[in-house]
Amino acid sequence: MAEQAIQMQVSDEIAITISKMNKWYGAFHVLRDIDLTVNRGERIVICGPSGSGKSTLIRCINALEEHQQGSIEVDGTLLSSDLKNIDKIRSEVGMCFQHFNLFPHLTILENCTLAPIWVRKTPKKEAEETAMHFLEKVKIPEQADKYPGQLSGGQQQRVAIARSLCMRPRIMLFDEPTSALDPEMIAEVLDTMIELAEEGMTMLCVTHEMGFARKVANRVIFMDAGQIVEQNEPESFFSNPQSPRTQLFLSQILGH
Amino acid sequence: MSDTELAFVRSEEIPPAPPPASEAGAVKWMRENLFAGWFNTLLTILAIYIIGRFVVFAFPWFWNGVWDAGSIKECRDILSAAGKTTGACFAVLVDRWDHLLFGFKYPAEGYWRPTLAFIMLIFAAAPALFAQYVPRKFLIFTGLYPFIAFWLVWGGSLWVPLCILAAILATAYIFRVVENLDVGARGVLAGIVGAAAGLGLAFLLFQGATELWFISNSVGAGGALGTLASLLFKAASIFMFVFFIPMGIFVGYAIYNDAEDGGLVTVVTALFAIYVMLAYLLSPVSGALNAIIPIELQAVPSRDMGGYMLCLILGTVCVSLSIPLGIVLALGRQSNMPLIKGVCVVFIEFVRGVPLITLLFVANVMLAYFMPPQSNFDLILRVIIMITMFSAAYIAEVIRGGLAALPKGQYEAADSLGLNYTQSIRLIILPQALKISIPGIVNVAVGLFKDTTLVSVISMFDIVGMIRGPIQQSTDWISIYWEVYLFAAMVFFVVCYSISQYSQWLERQLATDHK
Ligand SMILES: Nc1ncnc2c1ncn2[C@@H]1O[C@H](COP(=O)(O)OP(=O)(O)OP(=O)(O)O)[C@@H](O)[C@H]1O
Ligand SMILES: [Mg+2]
Repeated sequence: MAEQAIQMQVSDEIAITISKMNKWYGAFHVLRDIDLTVNRGERIVICGPSGSGKSTLIRCINALEEHQQGSIEVDGTLLSSDLKNIDKIRSEVGMCFQHFNLFPHLTILENCTLAPIWVRKTPKKEAEETAMHFLEKVKIPEQADKYPGQLSGGQQQRVAIARSLCMRPRIMLFDEPTSALDPEMIAEVLDTMIELAEEGMTMLCVTHEMGFARKVANRVIFMDAGQIVEQNEPESFFSNPQSPRTQLFLSQILGH
Repeated sequence: MSDTELAFVRSEEIPPAPPPASEAGAVKWMRENLFAGWFNTLLTILAIYIIGRFVVFAFPWFWNGVWDAGSIKECRDILSAAGKTTGACFAVLVDRWDHLLFGFKYPAEGYWRPTLAFIMLIFAAAPALFAQYVPRKFLIFTGLYPFIAFWLVWGGSLWVPLCILAAILATAYIFRVVENLDVGARGVLAGIVGAAAGLGLAFLLFQGATELWFISNSVGAGGALGTLASLLFKAASIFMFVFFIPMGIFVGYAIYNDAEDGGLVTVVTALFAIYVMLAYLLSPVSGALNAIIPIELQAVPSRDMGGYMLCLILGTVCVSLSIPLGIVLALGRQSNMPLIKGVCVVFIEFVRGVPLITLLFVANVMLAYFMPPQSNFDLILRVIIMITMFSAAYIAEVIRGGLAALPKGQYEAADSLGLNYTQSIRLIILPQALKISIPGIVNVAVGLFKDTTLVSVISMFDIVGMIRGPIQQSTDWISIYWEVYLFAAMVFFVVCYSISQYSQWLERQLATDHK
């Protein structure tokens, strides 16, 4: 990967607003007073030690987890218990998981066309064209008729990205998309994500790929114990971390 | 050979070679599988001895079998005249063929009707069972089949099943219309339906309570247990009396309240419509149509169904009803809504905790107790309800296992793509969960099919009932045993083995995970 950071225009338009958000698992306070505003076109990398609540945070944004206090607003729609709002937000926000979560009983193409056909009511033919377009983009159009079980991990993750893109989301969430992959496959998935960033997609990405963060992110967020401890642009974040916890964390993951 | 070369560079590629031919041969196979070691050899010899004894014993019995005789005595005479010490009287199968298949009351001139229905069943099942190979449009025939088969087997006016079909189609239409109503219109409708449903429920509760009160008086006489039962019935009826108005109001209000979202209103309206049509319109309309254009077969009452036909009817109907019901129960048990979850859990645990025979007795005796006196609730229908409930509870548990085996990520992926609950269940969760559950479901289905013979204990004459009653106790075939039961075993084996083979084939067809 080139060390040249992507220069992208970040617009003033606000994509996500999270304010005073708190979440508990039973009595366990996972997320504490989270305040975060994401502008359209921003690429945010979230990092932090295991169990610090990174996954929980981004899963709250598309209501895979319910928050108990505070508010989350996505694209001007307030996340509440109203199912209509939740479905609307979910169809605007794409998500990629650590373990891909492709649908093993459907072919790659069917995986990609399912949501457009059933949620967006796109005609089948059009949905297939879109799907092929995005499969080409992630460089695996030739696998369209295979089943997920027949693909390598990296290919599966790229299919998962294509599947999300087929819904034409305005925001993409990634939860450690590369941490279940071998090194060679990590590169192919990261390349896809970089391409996506270059096109101006709003991205929130939980990852420990610091090279990726330097190159793509315009903001790095460090979380610990359910709180946002530090956020900064990548250059300053890595070269000059302020909080001792950030320093410790960075020394641990960059140390070897 | 002083120092070993560590560096190595391959100079030429090793060409791919075909896999070694497996060293086959009968002798080698036998040595490996039958005579590996002294213990294995001993077992083989023992097995050969047992099989040999059995064949020596059973073969003459089969071979000497008499196929043409009018009674067991005649058959024995034939055997002893020929000087045979052993021999089967297969003549009973010939003599009582019709009874074994159709029972002893089904009108003989109508045997073609269930036979035709059975042949059509094969064609009706094919589009559903072999979906990949049969064009989808044949599913229409599958959908129509229950009505055709019902008419063929039970007879009566063709207009009755046609009107039921029309009522179902009309209900589907009403469902669609209500689903697409705008909020204002739906609000009005919800008000009307809510009021009607509330009133209806209140009335039902009132009736049920009265009925229970009445029963409590009649069971009170029989000792301590009777007194306890009577008290329980009394308590239940008082409970229902107290709650019949509030429950009605609550249900009505809940339906009205749901007008905005519309799911409940739509379902209740549709249920309401089909209830009204079946309860109040079915018999006058079909009667009127039949008066104009009479299309009738001789009507056969449920009591007259019997033989293997009865087992097949109960088996196919109950299996095809209990799978959807089992799916609903399994999903209900996973539900976040405490009421729905509670109802499903109680139902499943209760039904699984009770022997099927008890349920059948309940169907036979108790249900008649609870029904209003004048209502004549068909016996087969009652039995079908009980067997379906029973196997649905088991299937629900099998499917719940399948649902639990799916990783949470599948639900999350479906959710994150914006699929709603119904879509994610139908498109993502069920196809996978059912695939995992196939062996379990088939297990239940096979068990259920064999359990249909239990209806013989409530004096229905299925194939076992026929054998135990009219055949073994007739003067002609008194105490004939092996031949008839062997026949029954064989016909059940054919069906159950086919089901099992089908399920294995289906599993292979659906294998996409390449583990
Ligand atoms: N369903 C749950 N019920 C109870 N506790 C949970 C649940 N899910 C997560 N937790 C807890 O919440 C905390 C935050 O979890 P989360 O998955 O967000 O961490 P993370 O930062 O993504 O960690 P990792 O880097 O290991 O993925 C952890 O301590 C975890 O044990
Ligand atoms: Mg995580």
